[in-house]
Amino acid sequence: MPKTAIKLNVNGKAEDLLVEPRELLIYVLREKLNLTGPHVGCETSHCGACTVEIDGKSVKSCTMFAVQADGAEITTIEGLSTPDNLHVLQRMFREHHGLQCGYCTPGMIMRAHRLLQENPNPTEEDVRFGIAGNLCRCTGYQNIVKSILAAAAEINAAQEAAE
Amino acid sequence: MIPAAFEYHRPSDIEAALGLLQTHGDEARVLAGGHSLIPMMKLRMAAIEHLIDLRDIAGLRDIRIDGTTIRIGAMVTQADLITHDGLARTAPILREAALQIADPQVRYMGTVGGNVANGDPGNDMPGLMQALDAVFTLAGPDGDRDVAARDFYESAYMTAREDDEILTGIRFDATAGGYAYEKQKRKIGDYATAAAAVLITREGGCVKSASVAMTNLADTPIWSRAAAEALLGSSCDADAIRAATTAALADIDPTEDNRGPVEFKRHVAGIIISRAIARAWSRA
Amino acid sequence: MNDMTPDRDDRIANLKGMGCARKRVEDVRFTQGKGNYVDDIKLAGMLHGDFVRSPYAHARVKSINTDAALALPGVIAVLTAKDLEPLNLHWMPTLAGDKQMVLADGKVLFQGQEVAFVVAEDRYIAADAVELVEVEYEDLPVLTDPFAALQSDVVLREDLAGQDSGAHGPRRHHNHIFLWEEGDKDATEQVLDSAEVVAEEMIYYHRTHPCPLETCGAVASMDKVNGKLTLWGTFQAPHVVRTVASLLSGIEEHNIRVVSPDIGGGFGNKVGVYPGYICSIVASIVTGRPVKWVEDRMENLMATAFARDYWMQGKIAATKDGKITGLWCHVTADHGAFDACADPTKFPAGFFHICTGSYDIPVAYVGVDGVYTNKAPGGVAYRCSFRVTEAAYFIERMIEVLAIELGMDAAELRAKNFIRADQFPYTSALGWEYDSGDYHTAWTKALDAVDYAGLRREQADRVAAFKRGETRKLMGIGLTHFTEIVGAGPVKNCDILGMGMFDSCEIRIHPTGSAIARLGTISQGQGHATTFAQILATEIGIPADSITIEEGDTDTAPYGLGTYGSRSTPVAGAATAMAGRKIRAKAQMIAAYLLEVHDNDVEFDIDRFVVKGVPERFKTMKEIAYAAYNQAIPGIEPGLEAVSYYDPPNMTYPFGAYICVMELDVDTGEHEIRQFYALDDCGTRINPMVIEGQVHGGLTEALAIAMGQEIAYDEMGNCKTGTLMDFFLPTAWETPNYTTDHTETPSPHHPIGAKGVGESPNVGGVPAFSNAVHDAFRAFGLRHAHMPHDHWRIWKIANQLGLHG
Repeated sequence: MPKTAIKLNVNGKAEDLLVEPRELLIYVLREKLNLTGPHVGCETSHCGACTVEIDGKSVKSCTMFAVQADGAEITTIEGLSTPDNLHVLQRMFREHHGLQCGYCTPGMIMRAHRLLQENPNPTEEDVRFGIAGNLCRCTGYQNIVKSILAAAAEINAAQEAAE
Repeated sequence: MIPAAFEYHRPSDIEAALGLLQTHGDEARVLAGGHSLIPMMKLRMAAIEHLIDLRDIAGLRDIRIDGTTIRIGAMVTQADLITHDGLARTAPILREAALQIADPQVRYMGTVGGNVANGDPGNDMPGLMQALDAVFTLAGPDGDRDVAARDFYESAYMTAREDDEILTGIRFDATAGGYAYEKQKRKIGDYATAAAAVLITREGGCVKSASVAMTNLADTPIWSRAAAEALLGSSCDADAIRAATTAALADIDPTEDNRGPVEFKRHVAGIIISRAIARAWSRA
Repeated sequence: MNDMTPDRDDRIANLKGMGCARKRVEDVRFTQGKGNYVDDIKLAGMLHGDFVRSPYAHARVKSINTDAALALPGVIAVLTAKDLEPLNLHWMPTLAGDKQMVLADGKVLFQGQEVAFVVAEDRYIAADAVELVEVEYEDLPVLTDPFAALQSDVVLREDLAGQDSGAHGPRRHHNHIFLWEEGDKDATEQVLDSAEVVAEEMIYYHRTHPCPLETCGAVASMDKVNGKLTLWGTFQAPHVVRTVASLLSGIEEHNIRVVSPDIGGGFGNKVGVYPGYICSIVASIVTGRPVKWVEDRMENLMATAFARDYWMQGKIAATKDGKITGLWCHVTADHGAFDACADPTKFPAGFFHICTGSYDIPVAYVGVDGVYTNKAPGGVAYRCSFRVTEAAYFIERMIEVLAIELGMDAAELRAKNFIRADQFPYTSALGWEYDSGDYHTAWTKALDAVDYAGLRREQADRVAAFKRGETRKLMGIGLTHFTEIVGAGPVKNCDILGMGMFDSCEIRIHPTGSAIARLGTISQGQGHATTFAQILATEIGIPADSITIEEGDTDTAPYGLGTYGSRSTPVAGAATAMAGRKIRAKAQMIAAYLLEVHDNDVEFDIDRFVVKGVPERFKTMKEIAYAAYNQAIPGIEPGLEAVSYYDPPNMTYPFGAYICVMELDVDTGEHEIRQFYALDDCGTRINPMVIEGQVHGGLTEALAIAMGQEIAYDEMGNCKTGTLMDFFLPTAWETPNYTTDHTETPSPHHPIGAKGVGESPNVGGVPAFSNAVHDAFRAFGLRHAHMPHDHWRIWKIANQLGLHG
């Protein structure tokens, strides 16, 4: 099958790629761009381990062909922060034990990131509903929810202090 | 899970898309959000040689509210429905139903057009469209034609859409009165064990108009005329709800699956329908 | 004169040793997407393997035609049983003393069974080639019910024809695997015959699956230049995999390096050896190139490692006033097509005979019949120590049934029969020696915490309201007091494929006073890099932050049996403490030399050795480490290293008291968890934060199992639950908040008194959720109904009790 040229902006970097139409975005990110943060979990769009942000939406990248993303801006967990300056969500997940095996974590944090963009003051119920597209087998979610609420509180406190 | 190879097309207007459909016939499929189609392709349950992505076609993402007529483009997503202020005012049942579909990520990608056109009895929008008495616009080689949602579904995955047509939008009248979309499912991300869409208007203490539809309780969405008639003119009391529910249950034909046997589904359908009617009435 | 600052409290805090909620060191990588899981491995020239699998549950394989697949550009090889036969790798031994087909040899015995292995340049070509392999099947009668299998003329395992005994004794039918018995059958039956009260029930613990978020996979790389095979994979027991790989392939063990990288959850799924591992190795040897195989979710659910599937017939005898006098149990165990249960070799039913639970039962008998059916092989310990979950569910259901029979409150019945604190160490009727416990204290604390009496009053009011037609919701109070048996195990009776179930730790202290410790275990999310460093910090006085913990690379780590069955802390944790004590013993001699006193005149104090009675005269561990490398000390070798192989003298016996309050809608079958209180006693607590996390996670897995998760088959042997649409994993929305609590009864035989906790919440959680469902309907006459308690099955209970009018 002939390859298609696509342009992606991934984590702020322009990428020109040649892909087969059937190549799923998750594999292009992981295998062509070496961004192995997003993971493959269920392959039927239930688990959310492959979640990345595309043009301001949380997307399960195992259920999208790379060609569909031509022209899109994509952020993966690798683009959320630098090792010297972690995102508050990354810090709070550690602080509140919001992860164990770490497999769901990149997708979970990327989803939480978008959730807080859209709803900076979520209730516990909002958080639980908002991350219901991401499965975790280890934590039972209680500490994930705690981590996200703590991140929201810190972001809001920082904003208030700035104002 | 790797799909078979296919050729990808991304036409920029509907004419080009229709041309591709004509050229490639039943080897081609239209791609909207892809969250039903792509898993099927990955499981190799759908063999597609030409995939026609509608994302670049102008106008398919519009939500337009002209007076009491609401038009929603096929590529409008569930997330768009949830966040649209105009829709929340004119047809709030859409938001209520959309929030019960799948999960946040899927709602960002899943479209109204894909949900109604696919013909999957598990999808929620087809049932909702029955209740709304929506009209679907199909673009084809001979131009556009309208098909009533209530005439659209023939059996599972079989609809009135011809292979060379594309569903471009839906249209319905703004709702008045009470509404409810009630859905029982096993978990977030599941299809309905049973779901019901109910719209009711009241005049004085009585039901002036009613519409009752159901999801995943037959191989097509079900609109129950008899259920609506049982409510008309009544005070929507327990007897009327019981009569309407009985009428609705006469119209369904659920099948056994992992969600449970037929007997259970019929029972739950009755509960869900009754609750939807009661809640819609409470809002009327 | 030494500087006496910082003070003792600061020095203790600085260590971040045992008992503190140390933040996890793993998280820095994981939160940045910098984990390194097996599918992240990318090697030059790497090929991809993919399986052709059987669509039939039982069929003869008439022919396999690989021509079209081989003709596809990019396909390197297609392996079938015929290709593996000359290597004697078309079958492989299982952990349970049986053998299993690597690739279909003449017939297939379950849906999803591996038939051929395609090797191609990339995963896309491999997937296409799988479609091109033509297999001709002739379908055979399917047996999915173990009771029917034992009556059927259909022979499932033709390879065993004529063998009237197997690895675990006589086989009485061609589909029978073993009968395993424990306890005194005659005495138990005599007690039952003469008992005042006998409650009898069939308790089914349905088939389910561990389903970690990461599926199983491997990358095999045979370097033909130096003759070395490297195998990366999702292995909960990498060292055993190395030994097995060596025995099967004939490659000497020193030429095989097995690496478990980060593992995305295991829960028992990654203990076994699967055909994919063997085929990857063979393919790499054949092609001379690295070969990656990673199963997809459907393959994972259909083919690798189911759990449970135990039909447990129980009889429990008691006096009229509720004193239990005997317990009898017969299990019909559905092992699927091959007996691939992951149990210690001598225990074909694992530790199921812990089924007397927390109760002082004078006499008991257990018999387990293993049976072949046309279902996937496995029988792994899904967050469980070898059939302990089944045992705990069995006894905790039998107690409830007995309470109904006696007309007694189930909490009171439990308290009346608990093993008393003064009875420990306690030898059970089925032969276990329980190390320590204080059940009454834990139970009272739990009942008080939830206001048990108040809940019962509320429940009585609810039942009355229901009967008056004022509500359609019932309230259930699910009680459980479980006792686990973990930390397998003593080498004298516990082994896996002949390898004794010890574990190990090797420590090197660096000259500047930091350290690396390597263990025979492997974390799959438990946080070993964090908690083992805490044990060491306390033992050797070096801050946890200055200790690297490494596991999973067989070239560097000492041999160990791996991580499952909550054995890491009881066994490898003990090895860590013991190795630390060896370090300390040498450090003591060095310190004495440096301080110019006799060895016995110094003592360990947090992070230093101090001259007894002269606290200002000391040498810190940092100073001692440096001296170990730069001073010539008479009679002492340079360096500061130690290794310990720990053979546990006994298992450990964690326990807990769980109470679940549940609301049930009798019309829709939906449930709501209103409250869940979990008290765990895992002995000495190493990191309370990690313990709490383990409890939350285990309870959520228990919630899933009790309330909907199952591997179900239709009568044709088709797996009906192959995707996460149908295989229930709860989301954050369906998962409640949990309240955790604890008591602390150290294990007397463990160096630090720790017992292990990872599986307790799953072992205790399932009966707590299930008992809540049952309890809600007790007032309406329910005795027992099988799990999972999904909507329709709860509805069915209500329907059969006549609650739908």
